[in-house]
Amino acid sequence: MSDDGERGTPGKGLVQGLAVTLKTMTRRSTTQQYPDVEPDLPPRSRGVIALLEENCTVCMLCARECPDWCIYIDSHKEEVVVPGAARARQRNVLDRFDIDFSLCMYCGICIEVCPFDALHWTPEFEYSEVDVLDLLHDKDRLGEWMRTVPPPPAHDVLGEPSKEEATAERKAAGPGAATAAKTARPSVRRSASPTAQRPAPASRAEPAPENPEPDK
Amino acid sequence: MPIWLDLAIRVLAVVAGFLVLPLVVGQTEHKVMAHMQGRLGPMYAGGYHGWAQLVADGVKFVQKEDITPRDADRRVFRLAPIVALFPYLLVLLVIPLGPGGLVAQALDVGLFFVLAVLGVGVLAVLMSAWASANKYSLLGGLRGAAQLLGYELPLVLAAASVAMAAGTLSLPGIVEAWRPWWLLWQAPAALVFFVAGLAEIRRPPFDMPIADSELVFGYMTEYTGLRFAFFLLAEYVGIVVIAALTTVLFLGGWHGPFADQLGWLWTLVKIFAVSFVIIWLRVSYPRLREDQLQRLCWLVLVPVALAQLVLTAAVKVLT
Repeated sequence: MSDDGERGTPGKGLVQGLAVTLKTMTRRSTTQQYPDVEPDLPPRSRGVIALLEENCTVCMLCARECPDWCIYIDSHKEEVVVPGAARARQRNVLDRFDIDFSLCMYCGICIEVCPFDALHWTPEFEYSEVDVLDLLHDKDRLGEWMRTVPPPPAHDVLGEPSKEEATAERKAAGPGAATAAKTARPSVRRSASPTAQRPAPASRAEPAPENPEPDK
Repeated sequence: MPIWLDLAIRVLAVVAGFLVLPLVVGQTEHKVMAHMQGRLGPMYAGGYHGWAQLVADGVKFVQKEDITPRDADRRVFRLAPIVALFPYLLVLLVIPLGPGGLVAQALDVGLFFVLAVLGVGVLAVLMSAWASANKYSLLGGLRGAAQLLGYELPLVLAAASVAMAAGTLSLPGIVEAWRPWWLLWQAPAALVFFVAGLAEIRRPPFDMPIADSELVFGYMTEYTGLRFAFFLLAEYVGIVVIAALTTVLFLGGWHGPFADQLGWLWTLVKIFAVSFVIIWLRVSYPRLREDQLQRLCWLVLVPVALAQLVLTAAVKVLT
């Protein structure tokens, strides 16, 4: 009985209701008994945020972008004397990097904005505490989570090559190719990056034997 | 065997059944309902698939504080759960389990006794509702009273039909007279009796008096601890009683292969099958609205029961 306008056989809905529950009963339940059975989480689950301290430059982008203001960063400057350099360099040293997971809403913006891949998602989620204050993870604790970071997903074979790859290839090809790649001419660009799958329409005219396109 | 020993054994057996059967049905409800909803139900209590869940619940209820509201009518308030529970115990006394007098007390007016005692249930509802001094309780109780009084009629008419067919009011006598073709002949009465019985024990989809989404918990709202547990126990004994009555009156009680030896088993199997259907209906159907509830009773069940009476009488006269 889907509508008041077209009523089916009387009692059909009642029988269907009984059938649904009976069928569900005979099927196996998909419930995972959590403390006994570890949940099978996908690798990109947002469990907790890990910090790779060596990558952090104290740029403060994460703290500024955090919608909850739950990242606390303190640092000081240190002089590094580089032998052979004209004068001593300055670099930032991280004193404190805390994430308050009682405030964090797991949006992942800090991880998105981090320019140096110092922050990572990990699927670990069992860090509940009796006291809410204990949810403030300091940089040592955040660093320990690094062990649980899953390996990054494999590069999409159909996607563009990463910036680092493209740059390295360009450099390897020599100075002439490097400047040519910056121009918008598609034929040259394609020879610079053979795995690129989206050439400009103008390149269709000339044959590209080293880069056959399967969708044609 | 001296008469006092005989009496003691019979009473003990009934009390044991009274305590064990509802627990089995309750546990079955936990598990069946869970699996029908794609869940697992209790899994930890007792170690193996939560078999001791209801025992744990009972222990919990005993530990809880027994609160009587200040404005409540104390004596009536405290008496109501017993009044709710006791009739079912009495009904179990006269339900025959197997052939050859396997019944605690074979009354000649067994059916009459059962129907009369079941009618006491409405009293418990009204007592608890009024004595609670709570408007939700009162609303639930009045709904309950209207429902119980209304559904009493089809229940009695359907039972009368089968009594007329058997020519006796004794429950063992009815089972004795039962023939398999009665399944067809008395089918409308069986259906009416079962549905009215569901309403009598206020099980979903007829749980309008309790209706937890609108009336908190109806007439049980103010009860805590052991007294609340008594109400819950009464509900599960009610399932057993209605299933047993349906079995005895309409499904042929102990009739089945090897009835002489395994009669009691057949009765129990049928009781549990009917109990399963009661649980199944609870899972499948939403609650009836108050007007739908009364409409079903007066416009469907009562006419069907009356027509069944006419049919029974006609067949009885012709054969």
